[in-house]
Amino acid sequence: MQRLDRRDFLAGGAALGAGALLDPSLAWAQGSGTLRVAMTAADIPVPNGQTDQGAEGMRFVGYTLFDSLVLWDLSSATQPSRLTPGLATSWNVDPANPARWIFKLREGVRFHDGSPFDAGVAVWNFDKLLKEDAPQFDRRQAAQGRSRIPAVKSYRAIDPMTLEIVTAAPDALLPYGVAWIVMSSRARWEEAGRTWEGFVARPSGTGPWRFDRMVPRERLELVRNPGYWNKARVPKAERLILVPMPEATTRVAALRSGTTDWIEAPPPDALDSLRKAGMQIVTNVYPHNWPWHFSRVEGSPWNDLRVRRAANLAIDREGMKSLLGGMMIPAKGMVPTTSQWFGKPSFDVRYDPAAAAKLLGEAGYSRAKPLTVKAIISPSGSGQMQPLPMNEMIQQNLAQIGIRVEFEVMEWNVLLASWRAGAKDPSSRGAHSTNSSYFSQDPFTALIRHLDSSLFPPKGTNWGYYADAEMDRLFGAIRTAFDPMAQETAVQRAHEKIVNDALFLFVAHDVNPRALAPRVKGFVQAQNWFQDLAPVTVG
Amino acid sequence: MLAYAIKRTLFTLPIMLGVSLVCFALVHLAPGDPLVSVLPPDASQAIKEQMMALYGFDRPYHEQFARWLARVAQGDLGTSIRTGRPVSLEVGKAVGNTLMIATLATLIGFVLGTLFGFVAGYFRDSWLDKAASAAAVFGVSVPHYWLGMILVIIFAVQLGWLPPTGAGPGGSEAWVWDWVHVQHLILPAVTMSVIPMGIIARTVRALVAEILSQEFVAGLRAKGLSEFGVFRHVVKNAAPTALAVMGIQLGYLLGGSILIETVFSWPGSGLLLNDAIFQRDLPLLQGTILVLALFFVVLNLAVDVMQTTLDPRIQRA
Repeated sequence: MQRLDRRDFLAGGAALGAGALLDPSLAWAQGSGTLRVAMTAADIPVPNGQTDQGAEGMRFVGYTLFDSLVLWDLSSATQPSRLTPGLATSWNVDPANPARWIFKLREGVRFHDGSPFDAGVAVWNFDKLLKEDAPQFDRRQAAQGRSRIPAVKSYRAIDPMTLEIVTAAPDALLPYGVAWIVMSSRARWEEAGRTWEGFVARPSGTGPWRFDRMVPRERLELVRNPGYWNKARVPKAERLILVPMPEATTRVAALRSGTTDWIEAPPPDALDSLRKAGMQIVTNVYPHNWPWHFSRVEGSPWNDLRVRRAANLAIDREGMKSLLGGMMIPAKGMVPTTSQWFGKPSFDVRYDPAAAAKLLGEAGYSRAKPLTVKAIISPSGSGQMQPLPMNEMIQQNLAQIGIRVEFEVMEWNVLLASWRAGAKDPSSRGAHSTNSSYFSQDPFTALIRHLDSSLFPPKGTNWGYYADAEMDRLFGAIRTAFDPMAQETAVQRAHEKIVNDALFLFVAHDVNPRALAPRVKGFVQAQNWFQDLAPVTVG
Repeated sequence: MLAYAIKRTLFTLPIMLGVSLVCFALVHLAPGDPLVSVLPPDASQAIKEQMMALYGFDRPYHEQFARWLARVAQGDLGTSIRTGRPVSLEVGKAVGNTLMIATLATLIGFVLGTLFGFVAGYFRDSWLDKAASAAAVFGVSVPHYWLGMILVIIFAVQLGWLPPTGAGPGGSEAWVWDWVHVQHLILPAVTMSVIPMGIIARTVRALVAEILSQEFVAGLRAKGLSEFGVFRHVVKNAAPTALAVMGIQLGYLLGGSILIETVFSWPGSGLLLNDAIFQRDLPLLQGTILVLALFFVVLNLAVDVMQTTLDPRIQRA
């Protein structure tokens, strides 16, 4: 019998390896007009319309398969995103009744199943979220959609192409909420046995991508919709494959091994190696905010303006940026300085430990006589960036001026539950601040929901129970400013007050990093949580 | 034998009830919202309370448990809060996928573990024993998610020989037993096999050493039995315990594969459990834990029965 020696063994191994490399069956790994995206989500966002998995779900399923009446213009990387006509061509408030909105709908739009879109279908879609006795009412979609349009009191079709929406009180911010509400096909729902379980097996919207196939928990495959109503946004790639991949290192391995073309949120410590491997790292400022939200209940040390300003001056944000490998923008307010809503606050949020110590001294505290504060933080979480090292750095910075921080570490979903319940709730454990990253894409989510005195829990999410008559007046001005420019000015005034009064510990804005294979071309990263995949090609 | 099997099956009923209660209590006692998977993060407490009522989570725990148990008794594990899909369907598919890698991992672990264990036990205190024992200790102590990442870096990223993630083109629903798909099994199964390999090797080594020191072995040799004949007797005596350990390891692998399946994005019960935990999808979490626990119970029952077949003294005990 012939003996197998070490040299033969190695040769055999090499041949086996080469065989695998040359195996034509591995060709599936090569894209051909197919964009393969690895999401951070652990499962496919449910393609029912009002999908789940947060902004990532809307980005990859909500706004690919479906459209809303009002869309975001995602075509620019250099300008803040603004609202643009979607399934509605225009919207106006009734001059005689500022609580009554009229949406003129787009003619000739058809769902992927061929059925027409009109005001009746729009009403049917609002019913699926708001009318509990409607046959199409869906608890899951209601849970996702209701909080986006709390002001809506009634709605009706005036004619096939005109929709009326009436709000409980004048609300100039309604279009931002309506932009979340996407339209599912009524005809497909009927055809699928009048069930949403049947609908998600073959979902139908009006979006730029059409459903092809889905393997639950593994992949969703969409194909381009050549008949999309907006010819400028007909996708250039033939196919879009969405794969859930919650583990960051797995996403990196998938990109580097060529089994995916695009990964969301690569970990900061992998960026250099990805660049060296020829990958594109794409970032941009976007409406994300990573603050400490102060409690303003009685006895909170953050009730003192000097303490709040001192803390804001004590944070070395450039040092933190360096800690994160450059993957953050130092915050100077609730929105980035490039936002149309930043305004011109007089208080400059900067790193000035001497001025911080002086202010804290005036409030009666110093390193010798420190102030102790309790802060809720999470070890991880959606949009939370790198919360542990970032918070530890804040703890060190604040200790330098005489603020001793005790952490109350909570798992992300537990933190969210306590955030909803408010600072007075036992679940917040008497903490003086909470650290939840915020979506700040519109004036309501960026500012009003945190500080309006009518939005204390459980009604709203003013976690800290902040109440200020002047702030309420400024918010009222935003809600009644129907002219876009007047509204922008009103938002700026409110934001200036937030910064001047140092109502939060302003720390960082994320830069939304994603890594793309060299063959991915044409992507423009908008200053937005949502992105347009239509111009992307895969060479 | 039949009476023994029936008696052991009846013993499992109170265990299953206990498992159901513990599983329900654990997922409800854990802090966090059960509707986190369907509520946007910025939804208010008021919206959350509306939804809690719509889903029936505002009812007393004992009522929720009774309803759940009644449905489970009829074979209905409910539907996932997040997706609306039947839990039994989700768990069935996931357990099937996990069984593929867990069975392969157990086989690799059993073959290598018994090999290393017999070698180490037969050649105690020799360099062979030291080498085999070192391999076993490595298997027991290496963090397998770390090993998984290293294997991915070497074999998927650097060499490009094997795919790093997933269940093949088209996903697990399009699975066929060809090389294109089977290659997706290799890295997760090898990673998963190191722990059973280590444990079985150490168990078998101790067993073999103990059996070899017994008088009957000296008796067999004194009667002139060949060394291969002695070896057969040693194997027969060691087999029931090794089998029991293997069964338990297969059970562990089914439930304890969260990290490996997450690293390899393998659509099995571990990844499902991971998702259910983070999404607080209580019906899915309860259903998955229950099925895995019951699988473990059934596996132990099967191992008990097999042990009895191999060694009738166990039945008498």
